Amino acid sequence: MSQAQPPLLVVEEVWVNRPGAEVLRGVNLEMWPGEVHVLLGLNGSGKTSLAYTLMGCAGYRPTRGRILFDGQDITSLSIADRARLGITLAWQEPACFEGLRAGDYLALGMREPSRKRVEAALQAVALSPAAYIGRPVNHALSGGERKRIELAAVYGMRPRLAILDEPDSGIDVLGVEEVAALIRRMAEAGTAVLLITHRDEMAAAADRASLICGGTIIHTGDPDEVREYFASRCRPHEEALGAQPWGPEAGGTYRRVVSEGVCDE
Amino acid sequence: MSSRPSPASATSLLGQRDPAWAREFEAILRAYEEAGGKLTALQSERIASAVISGNRVLAVNEIPGVHIETEELPAGVHARIVVDPGARVEYPVHLCFGMVPAEGLQEILSEFEIGEEAEVGFLAHCTFPNALDLRHVMEAHIRIGPGATMRYAEGHYHGPHGGIQVLPTTHVTVEKDGRFENEFSLVHGRVGRLQLRLEVDVAARGVAELSTKAYGFDDDVIRVEEIVRLNGPDARGLTKTRVAVRDRAVSEVYTTAEGNAPGARGHMDCTEIVRGEAAARNVPVVVVRDDLARVTHEAAIGSVSRKELETLMARGLSEEEAVDIIIRGMLG
Repeated sequence: MSQAQPPLLVVEEVWVNRPGAEVLRGVNLEMWPGEVHVLLGLNGSGKTSLAYTLMGCAGYRPTRGRILFDGQDITSLSIADRARLGITLAWQEPACFEGLRAGDYLALGMREPSRKRVEAALQAVALSPAAYIGRPVNHALSGGERKRIELAAVYGMRPRLAILDEPDSGIDVLGVEEVAALIRRMAEAGTAVLLITHRDEMAAAADRASLICGGTIIHTGDPDEVREYFASRCRPHEEALGAQPWGPEAGGTYRRVVSEGVCDE
Repeated sequence: MSSRPSPASATSLLGQRDPAWAREFEAILRAYEEAGGKLTALQSERIASAVISGNRVLAVNEIPGVHIETEELPAGVHARIVVDPGARVEYPVHLCFGMVPAEGLQEILSEFEIGEEAEVGFLAHCTFPNALDLRHVMEAHIRIGPGATMRYAEGHYHGPHGGIQVLPTTHVTVEKDGRFENEFSLVHGRVGRLQLRLEVDVAARGVAELSTKAYGFDDDVIRVEEIVRLNGPDARGLTKTRVAVRDRAVSEVYTTAEGNAPGARGHMDCTEIVRGEAAARNVPVVVVRDDLARVTHEAAIGSVSRKELETLMARGLSEEEAVDIIIRGMLG
C-alpha cells in the first residue's frame, strides 16, 4: 500500500437513511490499492450498512455525500456497474443458489473463466476442487463451507476493492488463519480490502483501521491504536445505560447512542 | 397391437421405405434431438425404445424383459409396456412422442406394467417443435408391482410459438415396497397451455417422489395437479414443484398429500418465481386420516430473492442475467 498515489476509494460525508433509522451519518473514508483496512464497531454501529452502501445494494443509496472510485463518482451506479469497475462484496451470510454448482458460481465473476482458475480459487480457501466444484451452493453446505465459497468467488474475481463482511464468522479456528492469509495475498496482488471483523487476530493483520459508531467513523489510524481505543471506550448499550461514568449526568461524554452501543468520545 | 421395425434397422432403411415415412421419421428424430434426446439411444439395439409421431408408430425396439405393444388409433396411439418380474433393465427405455405438423390432435393412451421386483427407468421426450394449433392428450396408467422400482423422466419441448395444449393425466399404483420416481420438465421453449394431473396411490412401505419443473412466459398457462395418497403403513411421498413465470404467464399448482395409514410420511415442497405481470398460485392440501401419519408442506411464491440477485450482480452480472441464472438453477 502506498499513500503516495491517489486513493482508490474516497467516501465523502455519506449519509444513508433506512426506514426508521439514519444508518450512516456523514461517513468519511479513504482507501488505497493493496491496503487492508479493518472496520471495527459494535453491533448496529453501521459496518454492514457501509459495506452495502459501497456495493450499491438496494435501499442504501446515499441521501447526501458521494463515493469516488478511482476518481469516478459511483454514487448512483448500480451494483453490476460497480462490480464491473472491480468492486465486490462477500456477504456476512452468503446466499444459497438452488441448482447452481460451486464451479459455475465461481466462474460467473471471472473475467476469463477457466477450470484451472476455478480450481485455484477453491484451493485458495482450502476447499478440494474435486469435492466442491460440482456441489450446488445450497443449504446442503454448512455455513462455513458457504463462507469459503463466497470468499473463493471474491478471490477469483481479482477485484480492485473487496469488501469482506465478517469473512471469519462461522469459520473454524484453523480456517481463520487461512482467511487471514488469503486477505494478505489479495492485498499483495493490489486489491484494497475493507475488512469487517470482530476478531483481534484478523484486525491485527490490517494496515489501518477505522472505528465506526452510530453511523460515523470516529477514529482512523494504526490497527493496534484503534483496537485499544475501541476496547477502552466502547460499551454495549445495556451496560452503558447502567454505568453512570458513561452517562452525561455523571459528567461523562458520549458521541452516539445507537440501538446497541455507545462510544465515548 | 403389433410391433414395428426397431429404430436401428429403421434408420438404415430410410432410403428403402416409402418417402413419406422416411421424411416423417427424419423430422421427428430431428425434433427429438432438439428436445434433448440422444439419437444414439434410439439407434441402439440394446436400448428398448419407441418412436411415435402423430398416430403413427414409426419404430419400436424391444429387449429381453421389456415388451412394447402398440396400436395405431384414428388420432393417436395405444401403447402397452410390460417389464417382466425381476428384470433389471440396464439402460432407460427411450420413448419419443411428438408431432411435426403445426396443427392437429394427438391422443396417447398408455399402460405400464412393472413386474414384481423389477427395476427400470424411462426417458421420454415429447416434442412439438412447430406447434401453432395443436392438442396433445395423454392418459397413462402405471402399475408398479411389489418391490419394483420405476423411474420416469419426461422432458417436453413445445417450440417457440405457444400454440399448443398439453393435457396429460396419469394414475399410478405403487404396490407394497415399490418405488416410483417421476420427473417432469418443460423449461425450454414455450409452454402453451399445460394441464398436468398426476395421481399416485402408494401401498405399504412404498415410495413416490414427484418432481415437476416448468418455465412459462408470454401468455403461457401452467396448471399442475398432483395427488399422493399414502395408503399403506410407512408409505412415503414427496412432491417437489418448481415453476417460474414471467410476462403474463399464469401458474397454478395444486398438491394434495394424504396420510391414510400409520407411519405414512408425506411432504410437499413448492417454489414459484414470478416476474413482470405474471401470476402464480399454490394450493397445498394436507389430509391425515391416521393419528400416526404425518404430512407437511412448504411453499414460497414471489420474486427472485433480493440477496441472491445482488450477490450475482456483485459478481458483475446484469439484473436480467442474474435472474436468468437463478431461475435456470432452480429449474435444473
